[in-house]
Amino acid sequence: MRTVFKTSYDADINLFRHGAQAAWYLALLALALVLPVLLDVFLLGEVTNMLIWAIAGMGLMVLVGQSGQASLGHAAFLAIGCYANVLLQERLGLPFIVSFPLAGLIAGFAGVLLAIPTARLHGIYLAIATLAIAILTDDIIVLAEPLTGGVTGLMTPTISMFGLEIDRYVTPDRFYWLVLLVVVLTVLVYRNLLRAPLGRAFAAVRDSEVSAQAMGVNVARTKATAFGISTAITGLAGALMGHFAGVFNNETFSIIISIQLLLMIVIGGLGSIHGAFFGAIVVALLPQAIALSRDFIGGLLGTGSMAIPGLESAVFGVILILFILFEPTGIYGRWVKIRTYFELFPFYRRDMFRRQKSYLKTERLR
Amino acid sequence: MSLLEIDNVTLRFGGVVAVNKVSFSVEEGEVFALVGPNGAGKSTLFNLVSRIYDPVEGDIRFDGKSILDKAPHEMARLGIARTFQNIELFEQATVLQNLLVGRHRHRKGNLVNELLFTPFVRQEERRHREAVEKVIDFLDLQAYRDKYIAGLPYGVRKVVEMGRALAIEPRLLLLDEPASGLSVEETQDVAFWVEDIKSQMGVTVLMVEHDMHLVSAVSDRVLALADGKALALGTAHEVQNHPKVIEAYIGVSDPHQKVVA
Ligand SMILES: Nc1ncnc2c1ncn2[C@@H]1O[C@H](COP(=O)(O)OP(=O)(O)O)[C@@H](O)[C@H]1O
Ligand SMILES: [Mg+2]
Repeated sequence: MRTVFKTSYDADINLFRHGAQAAWYLALLALALVLPVLLDVFLLGEVTNMLIWAIAGMGLMVLVGQSGQASLGHAAFLAIGCYANVLLQERLGLPFIVSFPLAGLIAGFAGVLLAIPTARLHGIYLAIATLAIAILTDDIIVLAEPLTGGVTGLMTPTISMFGLEIDRYVTPDRFYWLVLLVVVLTVLVYRNLLRAPLGRAFAAVRDSEVSAQAMGVNVARTKATAFGISTAITGLAGALMGHFAGVFNNETFSIIISIQLLLMIVIGGLGSIHGAFFGAIVVALLPQAIALSRDFIGGLLGTGSMAIPGLESAVFGVILILFILFEPTGIYGRWVKIRTYFELFPFYRRDMFRRQKSYLKTERLR
Repeated sequence: MSLLEIDNVTLRFGGVVAVNKVSFSVEEGEVFALVGPNGAGKSTLFNLVSRIYDPVEGDIRFDGKSILDKAPHEMARLGIARTFQNIELFEQATVLQNLLVGRHRHRKGNLVNELLFTPFVRQEERRHREAVEKVIDFLDLQAYRDKYIAGLPYGVRKVVEMGRALAIEPRLLLLDEPASGLSVEETQDVAFWVEDIKSQMGVTVLMVEHDMHLVSAVSDRVLALADGKALALGTAHEVQNHPKVIEAYIGVSDPHQKVVA
């Protein structure tokens, strides 16, 4: 295992834990930057989609993984970000570079508004309240037809920024780079949150509200802040989803999307940035994997490929159940274990990650 | 003027009068112990001082001013820190992060500069870390700095909780049964720490404890409670030999014996 010899407090404050870690992430970023050269248009589109999901995942992760509040309504904030971004461009003629951050702010503000009445709700009750918001948003989109286009939906305009036209179909590589930029900025903000007092206040509220309070953390305000940051990031993801899809309506942001987003971060691993990305990879790959295996099985049986409605959700659900049963820490938790196994080989112990019994077992004076 | 004044305070839970017209005051710089059988209302008194409950009558003053118009999270800023009888740590965080949460009342950053992690925020983080390292050295927690709470043994958790309260840099420290469940040696450590907290850090300590050895060793004054009522106030020796106190501990003929929680 790598032992990091910390020579200053900055070792715990810095963005990366050690030089090698920084090098790995920079290499990953370099690879991500040249990806449009390496991949064909279809695959690049898939990766772009995956990255947008990862942004949305990070948004929800801030809320669920960091501040411990569940939400089944995040599709509503994807929708708010998406509609706000397009309407600001179409109706007010604002350029994307203004409408996009504004869309995030509006979604964030909506999140804070939701958090004020729900501050006292926990767990399943909060999940139900947020679910209600998602349903309500769906209805509002349909009802506010003059603005939102109702069930017909809206089309996203081509982005023009710094004299460049950015369009998912016409210039897929530019759109990919734009999404990548947002991903990198979101990761940076997320990392900063984790190493700042605010992130610790989130963890405090998540693990024990009563002692968070005793430490001087204003619980209601901290929860509202978590909602605001979470929904702002989710709103940005929604805006990008709109540009990715080209056309969208209320169906684009249905309840299923909310649930899928929550399942995604649980499968990926709650509480880590990695988890959002691992989860996004699963979500992006799943439809392809299902299509491939369906063709394969169809070929074996000689029935040809047939469409089975709801199959995707079902497979997703099964994967989730398997994770909750066998790896509650998600893909990221599994990844940490595998990494530790190789770092320690051949000295890995089976019970290495088992928790100690805390009751009356003391070793402090040993 | 006393640092903390409990003035004729009453709190009821349905029919149970958990705290019944209790009055006492804690002077700056002393170690004040609350003793009494289980259900006497000791933890409830702590929760009243933490503003978790509103008293139905009476007043609680800190530094001469009533705290009844304040929210629970404002207590830390006033300089009141506490531990909990049934340890309330942040389980999914490391010892270091737990202690750093104690620094929350000294936070100077805001949403924007923290999300950007400006040099100012970095500077502040270094300051918080230095303060926390002092606590780590004081309580001998070096070996556990980067360990997650979820995997720590009971004895260490108790110490971490005390450290987290100290990181607040309080004027008044409320310790709810700091030695319950600890071994004899660990209890000895707690006694030394409480003495140092008082004499070196100049922090006033209000402590609930069943271990009369510890209470006699560290406290300046002791208040015995039973059924929500104050029974006797005095030195540890005086209180232990008070007839009313002996009566309250029926079945515990020897009050020097450790009363099991
Ligand atoms: N939240 C609560 N709801 C109802 N009754 C409570 C609550 N907290 C404490 N009590 C009751 O108040 C009395 C005092 O409890 P407590 O202060 O915890 O005693 P102790 O002196 O052992 O710390 C007990 O009878 C207890 O059952
Ligand atoms: Mg108690």
